[in-house]
Amino acid sequence: MKIIVLVKHVPDAQFDRHLTGAGNTTDRSESILSELDEYALEAALQLIEARGGEAAGNKVIALSMGPAGAVNAVKKSLQIGATEGVHLSDEALAGSDAAATSLALAAAIRHLGADAPADLILTGMASTDGETSLVPAQLAERLGLPQVTFAASLELDGGQLTARRDGDTHSDTVEAPLPAVVSVTDQINDPRYPNFKGIMAAKKKTITTLSLADIGVDASQVGSAGSWTAVETAEVRPPRTAGTIITDEGDAGIQLVEFLAAQKLL
Amino acid sequence: MAKVLVFIDNPGQALKKSSLELLTIARSLGESVVAVNGELHDDVARTLGEYGARTLYLPSADDLDDYLVGPKASYLAAAVHASAATVVLAENSAEGKEIAARLGIKLGAGVITDVVAVDPDGTAHKSVLAGSYTTTAKATTPVSVLTVKPNSVTPEPAAPAAAPDSVTVGLPADATAAAARVTARNEKPASGRPELTEARIVVAGGRGVDGNFGPLEDLADALGAAIGASRAATDAGWIGHDAQIGQTGKTVSPQLYISAGISGAIQQKAGMQTAKVIVAVNKDAESPVFEIADFGVVGDLFQVLPQATAEIKKRQG
Ligand SMILES: Cc1cc2nc3c(=O)[nH]c(=O)nc-3n(C[C@H](O)[C@H](O)[C@H](O)COP(=O)(O)OP(=O)(O)OC[C@H]3O[C@@H](n4cnc5c(N)ncnc54)[C@H](O)[C@@H]3O)c2cc1C
Repeated sequence: MKIIVLVKHVPDAQFDRHLTGAGNTTDRSESILSELDEYALEAALQLIEARGGEAAGNKVIALSMGPAGAVNAVKKSLQIGATEGVHLSDEALAGSDAAATSLALAAAIRHLGADAPADLILTGMASTDGETSLVPAQLAERLGLPQVTFAASLELDGGQLTARRDGDTHSDTVEAPLPAVVSVTDQINDPRYPNFKGIMAAKKKTITTLSLADIGVDASQVGSAGSWTAVETAEVRPPRTAGTIITDEGDAGIQLVEFLAAQKLL
Repeated sequence: MAKVLVFIDNPGQALKKSSLELLTIARSLGESVVAVNGELHDDVARTLGEYGARTLYLPSADDLDDYLVGPKASYLAAAVHASAATVVLAENSAEGKEIAARLGIKLGAGVITDVVAVDPDGTAHKSVLAGSYTTTAKATTPVSVLTVKPNSVTPEPAAPAAAPDSVTVGLPADATAAAARVTARNEKPASGRPELTEARIVVAGGRGVDGNFGPLEDLADALGAAIGASRAATDAGWIGHDAQIGQTGKTVSPQLYISAGISGAIQQKAGMQTAKVIVAVNKDAESPVFEIADFGVVGDLFQVLPQATAEIKKRQG
C-alpha cells in the first residue's frame, strides 16, 4: 500500500509569530514540523506496519510544499519513519492561499501516483499556522476523491476505510472506498518520537525535490498570482497584559464577583 | 445589487442565533437569499422572511446528511448558479468550513474562514496566528465564500418582512458519487447549556479540577455560561472532547472567559485569548494564564468558585 502524508513546515508557536512583506505572508524562519501532522504520520506508519511494513512493499511518502527550509519537515518525517520524502519547492509558490496550495499539492500527488496511484492521502486536521482546515477538503475536490476529515479513528479493510468523526451533537461512523483523502485529529493516536536508529536510518533515505515544471503547473496558477484571496492589511494585536492579580485571603470569590459587576458582566 | 446566499444546514424547529447573524450580515451586503438543507418548518420559513430572505432554495434530494460534505457542496454550487449570488455566507463550524472549501473549488471562488466582520465591499476581517494579528482579506474572484464566526453581529430583523418564494434546486447526477457515506450516527445527550462557540460567557476547567467539574457547573448555571475545558481535562476523560478549547479544540471569543485550574499553555491560549475579559483562578501564582488575565485570583478553585457562585446568587436575589 502506498500512503502519501502531507507535512507542513510551520512557525513554532512557542515563539512570537509574524506576518511579513507586501502579501502579509507568514514568516517561516523559526519553523518546525506542524505538530498536528505527526498524528497523520503516525496513522500512516501504523497502517503499513500492520501490513508487513516496507518489506511487504508498503511505503509512506512524506510530501511537503514550501521554501528551502521546509525540507526539514520532510527530514523529521523520515526520522520518525516515513519511507521516502518529497519536497515541492519553487519560488513561485510563495504566498499561495488554500486554493493555490491545494492545486499544487493535487498536481504533486498525481505526479507521485503516475506509476501507481496512492491508496491514501493523509493530513493533519489543520496546519498550526493558517489553521483553516481548507486544504484537505480542497485537495479531495480537486482530485475527485472522497474526503474523510477529522477522523478520530481509522481502519482499512481491503479497499474500504472506516473512520469515526466526532461532532458537537453527534459522533458518526463514516465509510469510503479507497483512494481517499483523510485528515486525522490529535485524538487518533500518540505519535512516536524519532529515536537514534530512526535518525541514522533517515540519512540513507531519499528526498526528491520537485519544481512546478516537474508537476506541470504554471507559475501563474500558484503563489499570490494564483491565489483567490489576498490579505490586504495586517495589524499586530496589542498583546494582552496582566490586570489585577489578588491572592485569596478568604474573600476572593466576592472580589471576583465585584470585578464582574464593575465590568457589567453579571 | 449583489446577491448574497446564506447556507443554513438543518435549521430544525427554530433558527440558531448564528444563523440570524448570517442573515443580518447578508442584508448589509446586498439582496439575500437562503439555501436550506434538511426539513424546513413553517416557523423557520417565516423567520427567514423576517430576516430579509427573498428566495429559499431547497435541494431536490433529502439524503445529503447521509454523506460527508461533498454532496452539500454540490448542492450549494447549484444554488449559487440558480441565484447568481456573488457572495456565499456559511457557518464557521468544522463542517461549514469544509463545505465552503469544496464549494470554493467548484466555483473558482476565494474562501475566507473565521470571519468576524464583513464590510459592504466584501472585505472580511479576521484574526490569525492565535489572535496575535487582526487582518483584512478579500477574495480576488468574482464569487467569494465566507464562513463567519458566531457572536459577530447583533441579529436584527428586516423591515419590511416578506414571505420568501421557494425554489427546488436539482442536484447534479454525480453529486454523491465520490463521497464518504455516514453509516452510523450516535447522538450525544444535550446539556441544556449554551453552545460553547456561541456562548457569551464560558467557564473552563483544567487539570486543577481534579475530576470534579461540579463547582464550575454551579458557577456556569448561575451565569448562564457554557462549560469548556483544557486538553488535560478532556484527555483525563472528566468531560467530553467537544468541550476542549484551544488549538486542537474550539476557538471561543466570549464576553467573559473564566479559567479555573488551567495553567495557560500556548495551545490553550490559542483558543481563548480573543475573549473580551479573562478571569483566572489558579493556585500557582507563576501560571502563564496570569500574564493575560484581566482579573486573576491566586487561590484554590474549590474555595473561590463556590464563594463566587453564592455571591452571584445572593445578588440575583
Ligand atoms: C499539538 C498539541 C495540541 C494541543 N492542543 C490543546 C488544546 O487545544 N487545548 C488545550 O487546553 N491544550 C492543548 N494542548 C495541551 C497543552 O500544551 C497543555 O498540556 C494543556 O493545556 C494543559 O492543561 P491544564 O492547564 O489543564 O493542565 P496543567 O498544565 O497541568 O495545569 C493545571 C493547573 O491547575 C492548577 N491547579 C491545580 N489544582 C488547583 C486548584 N485546586 N485550584 C486552582 N488551581 C489549581 C495548577 O496550578 C496548574 O497551573 C495541546 C498540546 C499539543 C502538543
